Amino acid sequence: MRIRSLTIGVAVASLALAGCGTADTPTTTTTGAGGVTTVKLQLQWFFQAQFAGYIAAVDKGFYKEQGLDVQLIEGGVDIVPQTVLATGKADYAVAWVPKALASREQGAGITDVGQIFARSGTYQVAFASSGIKSPADFKGKKVGNWGFGNEFELFAGMTKAGLDPGKDVTLVQQQFDMQALLKKEIDVAQAMSYNEYAQLLEATNPATGALYKPEDFSIIDWKTVGSSMLQDAVWANTSKLNDKAYQDQTVKFLTATIKGWAYCRDKPEECRDMVVAKGSKLGKSHQLWQMNEVNKLVWPAEKGVGLVDEAAWNQTVTISMTTKNQVGDTVLKKKPEGLAYTNDYMQKAIDAAKAAGVDVNGTSFAPKTVTLTAGGA
Amino acid sequence: MKRIVGALGGLIVFALLWEGYKAVGNPEGTAVLGVKVLPRADDLSMPHLWTVAQRLGKPELTGGRPVWQVVFDACLFTLGVTAVGFVVGTAIGFVLATLMSRFRVVERGLLPYVVLSQTVPLVALAPLVAGWSGALSFGPYPWQDWMTVAVIAAYLAFFPVAVGLLRGLQSPTAAGVELMRSYAAGWWRTYGKLRLPAALPFLFPALRLAGAAAVVGAVVGEISTGTRGGIGRLVIEYSREATSDPAKVYTAMLGAAVLGLVVAGVVSLLELPLMRHRRRVEVNVV
Repeated sequence: MRIRSLTIGVAVASLALAGCGTADTPTTTTTGAGGVTTVKLQLQWFFQAQFAGYIAAVDKGFYKEQGLDVQLIEGGVDIVPQTVLATGKADYAVAWVPKALASREQGAGITDVGQIFARSGTYQVAFASSGIKSPADFKGKKVGNWGFGNEFELFAGMTKAGLDPGKDVTLVQQQFDMQALLKKEIDVAQAMSYNEYAQLLEATNPATGALYKPEDFSIIDWKTVGSSMLQDAVWANTSKLNDKAYQDQTVKFLTATIKGWAYCRDKPEECRDMVVAKGSKLGKSHQLWQMNEVNKLVWPAEKGVGLVDEAAWNQTVTISMTTKNQVGDTVLKKKPEGLAYTNDYMQKAIDAAKAAGVDVNGTSFAPKTVTLTAGGA
Repeated sequence: MKRIVGALGGLIVFALLWEGYKAVGNPEGTAVLGVKVLPRADDLSMPHLWTVAQRLGKPELTGGRPVWQVVFDACLFTLGVTAVGFVVGTAIGFVLATLMSRFRVVERGLLPYVVLSQTVPLVALAPLVAGWSGALSFGPYPWQDWMTVAVIAAYLAFFPVAVGLLRGLQSPTAAGVELMRSYAAGWWRTYGKLRLPAALPFLFPALRLAGAAAVVGAVVGEISTGTRGGIGRLVIEYSREATSDPAKVYTAMLGAAVLGLVVAGVVSLLELPLMRHRRRVEVNVV
């Protein structure tokens, strides 16, 4: 009990301090007006709660406190963040680890400096009535997957369950919506916990006339199966990391990023509003759901937010090297060479954030219960 | 008048086909030998047209602007980008066609590359343009995201103009060219008095193609690079809600279709004053 009240105390203190930081922003801006460095962060997709921590750090002035003017660049269908970073069009990029490692193998000089998502948010979802509960049940079923490198957790999970993904299941290329599952064209569909799964719960069940309920579906979570891979991470330019100024800037950038994510952990509704204000076309309840699910992927962070966990990293690399997709490709041909990841800058950032009173572990984090409305509006 | 009736008739036929198929089509779609040949006719795949119309009137998100306004604004944005792309593309096409008709060696050297340019997949080109253009600026004015999209639109639009106009510039009969020569007319004069007027009937279909291509380029460019503000981006954003709000997806597609029609209409309006001119030329030369 004592420990818990202590953590609450810390959380309250950090909130209070975060509040102070916000209040101080205008003065910081004026003093730092001459020495502000412009930093570009390439995101993977349009503004949505998946990037709430970065958006909050911009809106609440956390980057400015560090003397950085951070511009968030939205992604698009054909924009590959790690390529944008490697070609010098951005200073940092958010990208999934396996995809970024694949780009690294092809020569992109990038390093994972902040593993913001400690966990994977990829599910495989089936109707509960189908009786599919584990990857072993996929045998003989139609299995939807997105391809384009999004499929390897699924393939590793099926391989682990003793299935041959090329023979034992029918693979179906899936769109980025859940229509195919709802129309039963496929038996089990790929879904992100924070996006496509929510879309299912925002759709009307023709049998009841009401929205689908979580108990209508069964979820295969790759985290519990043990075939999950690391996802959203902050990547930096490897060769620039030899430069002292870029090193310092990276620490500052990560410090403010930690603050942003801690802020969104503690005030998900406010962060949701910031995302909506950025012009997201996804509805409010959908964004709050996404915020909450994304928080679950970040928090709690036992050793400190953003640190690469070696075991999780090795699992990601092993799956990347050994799991073959239906055409026999692996993500990686050999182990990543050189500086694929480093915790040096994140550790410094954590120390700095801690010193500023930010709770960098979020051990007291408790996810909310979000009720989705029709269409997520 | 006839044209308007024709256009309305076309719309009615489309509406009848859509609703008719919905009425008689298999809600599960029709498959022949396991290959789906006809789409599903259920409400999730093919919402009723009036559902789509109603959706246009309802707010985009709770408390937001009605969908039709959002779609309209997006169409205006894309129309602007399309117009820039069309004008730039047409200008480039004009210069290329003129150069190719003037110098045989240019035609022989360039034409294969002009054709080749259109075989480059747009999805490969778009991020590339977005990449290198990011560093450009016009003096104090930095490169804007929409310019990337306009470049892609121009890239598609220049091709029909270059090829069509070249064909047109080469269309005068030998007799016509020799007549000009007997007048001791120089190349420029022959170009202005004979070749260009003779090329007009080739130019206008090419321009219409260029208009359509510019729309496609702008919409696909927006989708590809995620450029904010236009109808392409809206199609992608709304299609993410296809699961729960299928009518919304169609509102954006409807916007894109209307945009295409508007551009085609505007381009054919260009024709009116110039094609009157053409008749006179025909009488004089041919």
